[in-house]
Amino acid sequence: MSPTNPDPMVPTPFRVQRVRQETHDTFTLELEPARGGNGFSFQAGQFNMLYVFGVGEVPISISGDPTRSKMLVHTTRAVGTVTKAMRRLKRGDILGVRGPFGSHWPVEVAAGSDVVIVAGGIGLAPLRPAMYELLSRRDQYDKVVLLYGARTPEEILFPRELERWRAHFDLEVHVTVDRAMGGWRGNVGVVTTLIQKAPFNARSTTAMVCGPEVMMRFTVMELLKRGVKTDNIHISMERNMKCAIGFCGHCQFGPVFVCKDGPVFVYGRIKDLLTKWEI
Amino acid sequence: MLDSLRPVLAEHPFLSDLSPRHLDLVVGCASNVRFEAGKYLFREEEDANQFYIIREGKVAVEIRTPHRGPLTVQTVSAGEILGWSWLLPPYQWHFDARAVEPTRAIALDGKCLRVKCENDHDLGYELLKRFAQIMEQRLEATRLQVLDIYGNPS
Repeated sequence: MSPTNPDPMVPTPFRVQRVRQETHDTFTLELEPARGGNGFSFQAGQFNMLYVFGVGEVPISISGDPTRSKMLVHTTRAVGTVTKAMRRLKRGDILGVRGPFGSHWPVEVAAGSDVVIVAGGIGLAPLRPAMYELLSRRDQYDKVVLLYGARTPEEILFPRELERWRAHFDLEVHVTVDRAMGGWRGNVGVVTTLIQKAPFNARSTTAMVCGPEVMMRFTVMELLKRGVKTDNIHISMERNMKCAIGFCGHCQFGPVFVCKDGPVFVYGRIKDLLTKWEI
Repeated sequence: MLDSLRPVLAEHPFLSDLSPRHLDLVVGCASNVRFEAGKYLFREEEDANQFYIIREGKVAVEIRTPHRGPLTVQTVSAGEILGWSWLLPPYQWHFDARAVEPTRAIALDGKCLRVKCENDHDLGYELLKRFAQIMEQRLEATRLQVLDIYGNPS
């Protein structure tokens, strides 16, 4: 980990290099340190606190390539005051960054096994760094499978990248949408329906799952049905992170803090908490 | 023709643990079919007298919507089962099914199977158990679709 600042509560200024609209409500920010430096190193699955000065601070997963640390890349949806303000940023604007924080995808631990990545909606953004890492050391894994579900064809995130990945002979990429009009030639149905058909050896598979919580619960059920071991399933949780270092308690999830102990958890560690609605 | 379908049906997970006697009854109602991309396997309101085991290709299950054209609600691809309206009165399709890609399938004659199931309730029970499982999976998937889980959370 390389903190942007020795004091984790103090944001470091980053300059916006590019704002790219991904779908009607989702965009990607490309940032570089405003004061120069050696870029930004992080591990796949970690997040940063992004501060729009005068508006507020929000936790956003890093969606860039951990093996190319010069540019810091975040993809998010414009849904609240801060992210809507973030979407209005222009090249050259300054943003505060604290991080990276939290746990990461078990990319190294998965070496020697099959890897199945299941993403739903914007959940592909925090998993994209894991895909980059897996591809950068592809020979260390057996089968690598990406299953991605989106709402409609128009809301598929990173469509060009998905196409590029699909062209890899050693990568299985299956995309599905919840509904589509006549022109769509791909799959229609929820992402969980892809799991039973996906080509991986369940007994020796590491699964990484990110998406809406309901989608993750049903995905995990299907993975368990296929025979993937509880401790080989990793999910990324989302809660109201504020301090990002486990002090404030905003993201407390039973006995764990999502910001510090997560956001990536071994499913076995939190499975009993997922159905406790009061937390 | 039928003899060549027997091993295919015997190995398919949907029928794999059926007794040899029941499998023979099912094989007697089976035929190979092929659809070019764009061709309809069935249309809404037509008589539902078959179900399909898709061997290759992809089929879109569609509903016609006014002003918007066909809306695909599900796709069915290799290894999957398409259609259960042959099982239940009034034996009519409620959706359209269109081949998205060139598709090969085994068609099982529903009228033929209905008669055999009436005459042999054990076969009827075995088939109903299997279709109930498919219906349960589809119902669960449909519930998730209806939840619109990728929609705007706010």
